[in-house]
Amino acid sequence: MTQNENLAHPMEVFLRKSRIPHIWCSGCGNGIILHSFIQAVKELEMDSDKIAVISGIGCIGRVAGYVNMDSFHTTHGRAIAFATGVKLANPELTVVVISGDGDLFAIGGNHFIHAARRNIDIKVICANNFNYGMTGGQQGPTTPLEAYTTTSPYGNIEHPFNLVSLAAASGATYVARWTTLHVRRLTASIQKMLQKRGFGFIEVISPCPEIYGRRNKMRTGLEMMNWLKKVSVIENFSDPAKAEVSRDRIIIGEFVDMEKPTFESILYQTIKRVQEGKGR
Amino acid sequence: MTGNKAVLTGEHFLSGDLACAEGAIAAGCRFFAGYPITPATEIAERMALRLPEIGGIYVQMEDELASMAAIIGASYAGLKSMTATSGPGFSLMQENIGLAAMTEAPCVVVNVMRGGPSTGQPTKPGQQDVMQARWGSHGDYEIIALSPNSVQEAFDLTVEAFNLSEAYRVPVILLMDETVAHMWEKVVIPPAEEIRLVNRKKPNVPPGEYAPFKPEGEDLVPPMACFGEGYRFHATGLTHDEFGNPKTDSPEAQFQLVSRLCEKIRRNAENIIKTEKVMLDDAEVAVIAYGVVSRSALSAVKKAREKGIKAGLLRLITLWPFPEKQVAELADKAKLIVIPELNYGQMVREVERAAKEASIRFLPKLGENLHTPGEILEVLEAK
Repeated sequence: MTQNENLAHPMEVFLRKSRIPHIWCSGCGNGIILHSFIQAVKELEMDSDKIAVISGIGCIGRVAGYVNMDSFHTTHGRAIAFATGVKLANPELTVVVISGDGDLFAIGGNHFIHAARRNIDIKVICANNFNYGMTGGQQGPTTPLEAYTTTSPYGNIEHPFNLVSLAAASGATYVARWTTLHVRRLTASIQKMLQKRGFGFIEVISPCPEIYGRRNKMRTGLEMMNWLKKVSVIENFSDPAKAEVSRDRIIIGEFVDMEKPTFESILYQTIKRVQEGKGR
Repeated sequence: MTGNKAVLTGEHFLSGDLACAEGAIAAGCRFFAGYPITPATEIAERMALRLPEIGGIYVQMEDELASMAAIIGASYAGLKSMTATSGPGFSLMQENIGLAAMTEAPCVVVNVMRGGPSTGQPTKPGQQDVMQARWGSHGDYEIIALSPNSVQEAFDLTVEAFNLSEAYRVPVILLMDETVAHMWEKVVIPPAEEIRLVNRKKPNVPPGEYAPFKPEGEDLVPPMACFGEGYRFHATGLTHDEFGNPKTDSPEAQFQLVSRLCEKIRRNAENIIKTEKVMLDDAEVAVIAYGVVSRSALSAVKKAREKGIKAGLLRLITLWPFPEKQVAELADKAKLIVIPELNYGQMVREVERAAKEASIRFLPKLGENLHTPGEILEVLEAK
């Protein structure tokens, strides 16, 4: 082994080295989310040839370009709809959507609820940074009431989504929320989701000090991480509808872990039935 | 009928919508994602019934944005895929038609044209989406669009649409007007082995050396690996290099990519374009028409000939890339070119551009009535 090989990063094999350094700001949580995902893949000893990573538009959307797997960086909001085509066309693939809160829940909200309703075997990891980071910090569907952004200069006047409640109500069979401070729990949760069949959703509260934090009295990544440490409370399998995300309290944990026939399993059973001449 | 459930060899009595669905299946389409809309719904219904019989996937999506995204995903995962819609849905699909053009995803989009704009006249025929098919998504790109004028051709051109999309890695639009979609005619489906099928070029390099957007050969089309085949490649709607890496700051990358996306169609235009020429050799007056309108035009031309007028018809089967050469050649000979369209002036603009010196007469038609042969004949007689 040469000296250089000794120095190789242990996760290097999961990344497209030519694409590093990444575009993310100092203090951003996206790197932690990416690391947790590839750590989960590594620990599960999954075949990277059989994983497709699909992302939408936004800061975390660039993740598809960084992983050394089949990957597609789709149009804004359409990652889940695209992933639906991939999964149904090749059910052998583990299809993972990694995208942001604005992408998945504003412009892409309709696709999210319908994919969850179908319980299609797609794994969604959402980096929730409370704003549109890539376009410079505008108010979005998860921005807390009264928070300051470039398009809520007098304080946000809209109520935010509770993403885990939305996912649970829409039919997701695995639902969890973590923060980038809870790395081990997040990684374990991603592993669990990757091993399950059905529509899985993990929300990861992710610091955005450069764009969001600095307008809301948290100027550095460290301040945001300290805030997450202070306000996060683990309440596993509590009522997702009551799982608040506010300045004073963030309820984290697993909320849903259930079994339900997946869309593709029902679809393939139907095809089999039709082909056996017992269609109706 | 043979034992092949995918290709229903034999004579059938079908509507244009149903023939289109059968053409897709015969062409190897095994993934359909759609959303109900008049007058294209019968295509989705037929696919929902037929695809499971042959192990194909039908999925009804939540809207047309999702339908278009899903067929690109299925195409990248290796299946020939299609969606079908009408004007309002076609508008929603433009976003991801651009993505399909940018990421060179072979796929077929059927737009059964009704009267627009907006919700318009859902059950009436139109040809108002011809320019939208060409220019509907933002940015510079080229596309292929075909226009059948019979139920048989709805079958044949759907097969052709898949072949072109696979050959050029481009979304192909089948622009069918409501009349062709809803009329019933005899269709002959040939034996499977007589249907010419084209499949996308596959890479013949090991995964480490694969450049997913590097063209191979004169046609400027890159070989296409699919997800799950071990190539671990990346695709993006951002401007990218041959490896799929985003190149958002490089003028060279932007020029190379966008010019190639256009040139792979422009340079191959003569291999793509199909027209039908009827009695044009000595024609002094000619009609240029496409879709259902060409049927009235053909009647008018025949009646004019009976009256001793040297009339002819140039029927556009390929709408995009536009048959410029064929139109220019016609303009050199004919004293008058008549263009009836079910819109307020779309393809006539292309004809005017290609036939600068010709005398051109445009016959617009909006609403439920088609052009009658008599209306076209009147203009041919007046010349």
